[in-house]
Amino acid sequence: MPEPLHASKAGKGREDGRDQKAAVGRTVTASQTVPAIVRCKIRKRGERMLAYSIRRMIALIPVLIGMSLIVFGIIRAIPGDPALAILGQKATPESLEQLRRSLGLDKPWYYQYFSYVKDLLSGDLGTSIRSGAPISREIWPHLAATIELSFVAMLIAVVVGINLGILSAWKQNSAIDVISMVIALVGVSMPVFWLGLVEQWAFSIKLGWLPSIGRDDIRDPVAAITHIYLLDTLLSGRLDQFWEVVRHLVLPSIALATIPMAIIARMTRSSMLEVLRSDYIRTARAKGQKMVWVVYKHALKNAFIPVLTVIGLQSGLLLGGAILTETIFGWPGIGSYIYDAIQFRDYPVIQSGILIIALMFVLVNLIVDLLYAVFDPRIKYK
Amino acid sequence: MRFGKNIFYYRSYNVAIYVGLAAKGGGLLSEPILAVKGLKTTFYTDDGQVPAVDGVDFSVRAGEILGIVGESGCGKSVTSLSIMRLVSAPGKIVDGRIVFNGEDITHASEKRMRQIRGDEMAMIFQEPMTSLNPVLTIGQQLVEAIRIHRKTSKREAEAQAAEWLKLVGLPRPKDLLKSYPHQLSGGMRQRVMIAMAMVCGPKVLIADEPTTALDVTIQKQILNLMKKLNRETGTAIILITHDLGVVAEMCDRVIVMYAGKVVEEGPVKAIFKNPAHPYTKGLLASVPDLRNRKKRLYSIPGNVPKPGEITNGCPFHPRCEWAMDRCRGSLPEWAALGAGHRARCFLHDMKDGIAPGKGESHGGTAVNR
Ligand SMILES: Nc1ncnc2c1ncn2[C@@H]1O[C@H](COP(=O)(O)OP(=O)(O)OP(=O)(O)O)[C@@H](O)[C@H]1O
Ligand code: SF4
Ligand SMILES: [Mg+2]
Repeated sequence: MPEPLHASKAGKGREDGRDQKAAVGRTVTASQTVPAIVRCKIRKRGERMLAYSIRRMIALIPVLIGMSLIVFGIIRAIPGDPALAILGQKATPESLEQLRRSLGLDKPWYYQYFSYVKDLLSGDLGTSIRSGAPISREIWPHLAATIELSFVAMLIAVVVGINLGILSAWKQNSAIDVISMVIALVGVSMPVFWLGLVEQWAFSIKLGWLPSIGRDDIRDPVAAITHIYLLDTLLSGRLDQFWEVVRHLVLPSIALATIPMAIIARMTRSSMLEVLRSDYIRTARAKGQKMVWVVYKHALKNAFIPVLTVIGLQSGLLLGGAILTETIFGWPGIGSYIYDAIQFRDYPVIQSGILIIALMFVLVNLIVDLLYAVFDPRIKYK
Repeated sequence: MRFGKNIFYYRSYNVAIYVGLAAKGGGLLSEPILAVKGLKTTFYTDDGQVPAVDGVDFSVRAGEILGIVGESGCGKSVTSLSIMRLVSAPGKIVDGRIVFNGEDITHASEKRMRQIRGDEMAMIFQEPMTSLNPVLTIGQQLVEAIRIHRKTSKREAEAQAAEWLKLVGLPRPKDLLKSYPHQLSGGMRQRVMIAMAMVCGPKVLIADEPTTALDVTIQKQILNLMKKLNRETGTAIILITHDLGVVAEMCDRVIVMYAGKVVEEGPVKAIFKNPAHPYTKGLLASVPDLRNRKKRLYSIPGNVPKPGEITNGCPFHPRCEWAMDRCRGSLPEWAALGAGHRARCFLHDMKDGIAPGKGESHGGTAVNR
């Protein structure tokens, strides 16, 4: 309404405004008591969200304690003497005794547990028996490799899965719908290791398009800074290496992404179908909004809430899948780190590796919980 | 208020004329802003075709309030969605014409319809609780409604949105813009819906049972607000309702729908004083009479037919106490009853004119204007 606005800017609107207020005041009475509540609700939303986040984190403390107890227990529950297992059958009783004392195994279990937790809190994950190096330093490159692979895989799964689901729902019963749901069905029933091997055979061996092993070109290794190679290559300005890292990521991340992608696509479709039938979608269309925006702005934001649950669950499962994928694609992640440790009976490494994976699982769930608060304004902060 | 009253001068060139005419219950000189001719909308369901709207004719003049009444399922909502071209599959407009502002929009492109929707023709719905998007703020939704059609900055649109919230009687608009629908009561949400429909100054506002879901006091407030906006902006309103009391209070003209067809049409006064179609009489007789509470509430015998259930003759004949042989044989044509009043009933088509309805049986005195 450009014209009236100019007129009012010229100063004419002032007394009219007073008329307006009077007129409005006459017509409304009952609803005037309500907004006080509304206002206090609005003012508090930010605070409530912060309080909610803090509460979620505090709720994690018992989970973390339980987790550390279980990891601690698993190692002790393995039959036999760890010192003997470490030193082997030919060890002398003196050396065994010495090792036990240095591992703290001569103390009662609760004493051992508390010193274990104390070490954890100070960032000490113990020492690798195999290499003699502190695990906290050794584990990060592996962890970074796993994080990079899982993150890229989840990104593919979420972006492709959601769009496939949206397209199917939007063009329900069309060819697009049928095709993408067939893809989703096939995807969900394909074992990760099988898909990985087929990919390697087709794209690496037969077509020779993509590398099938490792994170980078061994003739030109990436200079590690953060150990997230996508970042490192960019930080050191090596675009050629960045491209090489991307090429190495393609096959394992697709193998890893396929199942969550398929599940996310199906969830998005059914959630979207329901949302597209709702009244507020009709309202948005009645405003004259383009269908693309109706779908991506109005519908997706609502349909995404149940999809988020699935994403959270799948991210957790992805960590398991990552270990399998890493073995197939020679990916030097935490999976292969633990795998090697098992071969060498490197107990401290196994223990810390499991702990780190469990921690990542908890962390992913925390992030999903916090995202709910971002996406759903109606969430009860309890 | 920066542009307060100026909103009401918007389109004042025709408002001035039409308000005057409409107030006198006339408006005969003006061209219809919206004309619906022989509209047929059919749903192609698994159980066969459902002709939800089956040959509907009516027109709306600029600035007037037209009521559409009829029992549940008679096709009121499908009619209004057809006008907005928002009927979704398996429904389809199969016949007839919709002429809006001189333009035949029956087969207009989706692009053209998007220009019209929300700008020249807006709609509000029955369920205020579910008609607003729960995850977007009131401000986001209002600003969107403005910016789809107007090239304004976000801040400018926000100012206009706040202005409109004030105009529809919502205090503290700045705070409201930041709130989410679930923080508002039903009445407040319906006011927001009205503001959202009105922001672009539409020529026609379709209100599909805007107050059915609200309690009585709030109903009254919302209706007053709509009437006020109609008088001050000149926006024509199509008011769909079950409530004849609302029609009597709000509308200039009424059309009565039955089983996907219009059976009677006319100025409110004429319809209430002299209902011509037996169905209209039945509807009027089923309105409770406050001055005569002991009188038993009348209800039309029989059930509302499903669309397409009655294929022969007058659709009302199974429930009509005046039904004659010819009523079962063919569909009655329109019978003119003077001054824009007409009905589709054989009783008024007779040469010897034994038309009923002059004071006998359950007449139209139950509700007075
Ligand atoms: N999506 C659909 N599929 C099949 N039939 C439908 C559909 N939508 C509406 N109909 C049919 O159209 C008829 C008219 O429906 P409509 O919603 O227009 O009624 P109404 O007059 O608005 O009723 P109410 O007063 O209850 O809102 C209904 O009887 C219904 O059978
Ligand atoms: S046409 Fe016949 S059946 Fe239909 S309303 Fe008139 S009298 Fe009744
Ligand atoms: Mg309806």
